[in-house]
Amino acid sequence: MTTPRWLTRVGVPAAVTVVVITTLLLVVLLGGFDLSRALRALWSGSIGSSYAFFSETLVRASPLILLGLSVALAFRAGIFNIGAEGQLLAGATAAVAVGLGFSQLPSALLVPAELLAAGIGGAFFAFIAAVLKRRFGVLEVISTLMLNFVARYAVSYLVRGPLQEPSHAYPQSGALPPAARLPTIISGQQTHLGLLIALIFAGALWWYLRSTAVGFRVRVIGAGPIAAASSGRIDVPQVIFGVFLVSGAIAGLAGGIQATGVTYALYEDISPGLGYSAIAVALLARLHPLAVVIAALFFGALEAGAAAMQRDASVPAVFVAVVEALVILGVLAIGRVRTQIAVGRLTAEPAE
Amino acid sequence: MSNNAIGLFLEATVRTATPLAYAALGELVVERSGVLNIGLEGIIIAGAFGALVGAGAGGATAGFVAAVCAGMIIASIFAFFVVTLKSDQIISGTAISMFGLGVTGVLYKILYGTTGAALHTPTVGPLVIPFLGDLPWVGGALFAQPVVTYALYPLVVAVWCFLNRSAAGLALRAVGERPEAARAAGISPSRVQWISILFGGAMGGLCGGTLVIAQAGTFAEGISAGRGVIAIAIVVLGRWTAVGVAGAALLFGAASALQYLAQAKGWPLPYQFSLALPYVLTLVALAGLRGRVAAPAALARSDAESI
Repeated sequence: MTTPRWLTRVGVPAAVTVVVITTLLLVVLLGGFDLSRALRALWSGSIGSSYAFFSETLVRASPLILLGLSVALAFRAGIFNIGAEGQLLAGATAAVAVGLGFSQLPSALLVPAELLAAGIGGAFFAFIAAVLKRRFGVLEVISTLMLNFVARYAVSYLVRGPLQEPSHAYPQSGALPPAARLPTIISGQQTHLGLLIALIFAGALWWYLRSTAVGFRVRVIGAGPIAAASSGRIDVPQVIFGVFLVSGAIAGLAGGIQATGVTYALYEDISPGLGYSAIAVALLARLHPLAVVIAALFFGALEAGAAAMQRDASVPAVFVAVVEALVILGVLAIGRVRTQIAVGRLTAEPAE
Repeated sequence: MSNNAIGLFLEATVRTATPLAYAALGELVVERSGVLNIGLEGIIIAGAFGALVGAGAGGATAGFVAAVCAGMIIASIFAFFVVTLKSDQIISGTAISMFGLGVTGVLYKILYGTTGAALHTPTVGPLVIPFLGDLPWVGGALFAQPVVTYALYPLVVAVWCFLNRSAAGLALRAVGERPEAARAAGISPSRVQWISILFGGAMGGLCGGTLVIAQAGTFAEGISAGRGVIAIAIVVLGRWTAVGVAGAALLFGAASALQYLAQAKGWPLPYQFSLALPYVLTLVALAGLRGRVAAPAALARSDAESI
């Protein structure tokens, strides 16, 4: 099934708009909510004011960019890493642990250390799945799905145990001191350095996939692992292993900027399913790193608007999950991505 | 060891295993037809929500019927994408999970108010079987459970017979192993996969129905709590056989029930350990099964028919 390029260029944004409007109308009409109030909240909560745009939309989009890149990179190489959620939690945990443990360090050292720890934490979680895949032929779909839950319960334990705040009253870690927080980059707004980091990563990944030898190998493997292996010039398992770790590190970094830039603490629900939203982001961007930025901005604005709609017009914000699901299904139906990814399935066999 | 703590532990094991076994038996049939449905989570929560609506309107039986219908509706969306459109199974499944969780969340808030106040549905209580229910240790576990648990005993046997001893089961396995050969033999892989996914949807719906009507007596957003994922793990651990799945469901039930035993015995075991154990067990088991896994050969292949 091949769809003409122009059709996907025009068709995807048009379809997404239709999906959002239809879902929203259905929810508002079924629920008997005030439509004009809901729409005003959607607008004013997302891009209707500079505060909404810089402190809500951009802040929500920042982790989504990194997570979308993580997923897009993995999918590009035919790796079904649906463990961004767990890798994010591992990254957030590592960042908070470092931030609290070395809080006497100056900010210029501490913040990079936290983010580095976050990347390592995410990579470590991906490493488990990557080893299981490479050494034992375990489908990464299953292992990463399992690891998401392991991460969740591990965080749940840590914030009630070793990492719990000093008064032991709440299931969360102590608050990061100011020196351990990501600086904001626009005065009077919540936009934090994480946005810049995410944008740099998007540009770097785009360049890397397009212009480097390793990036070329990744693309070749994504296009057809058997052909890539039989060319004799590409160590497929090695490249896949590396990409898996990098994908995990980027997702971990997303957890790091979330913990050090937004929540300033670790708690169980630090990610309301961001790792799953990331799949919608990556697919809407059709796995293109620069398009991920746009898709993440779109979902960031939608989430911000939905939060405002829930606050002002009682429209349940969880409808965003429905939109995300429909966007994924819509992209699948349009069918371009299928051809890129379906071949990745073949790598599911023990990669040796 | 006190008989009481062990008895309660075994009782909790079977109780926890019951919904898992339904979802996993359904997923087993789906996977044997070559489809990996990771949208099971969305099906289970839809079943739970259907049970809430149905039981509220017409009692426990209506609740179970509604649960099965809700599960099948979500499953039919999944089947349309992966079988009819041949979309990628993993990505479709992920979307179906998000869809189920999202739609039930929205409907719950619309129908029952944004406060999320606890609603109580009619429930089915345990039905103690005379004499057997009084057996030491296993009496409470096996013979003092709700009807849905008893229905599982013949269901395991039926699924086993279907897969191993029936022509239809052979056709289904053929589709999961060698779709090209099945097609050559006059079997329509699409038809077989559609039917098996709908069956999986019905069973996933029953899982959700059991949670609401036979256990919690109420619905909460996220009540499925990862059971769809655990059910997939159970199928892997049960080596894609009905009996293995029943055993693995019990094992996972026991892992979750460990927290009650730990509480009773005063063991310093964090409850999260008990909750995470099924997932860790699966990872370890997957690694250990290397080379001896009996996964259907065409599992999760989106292009099964186009070859």
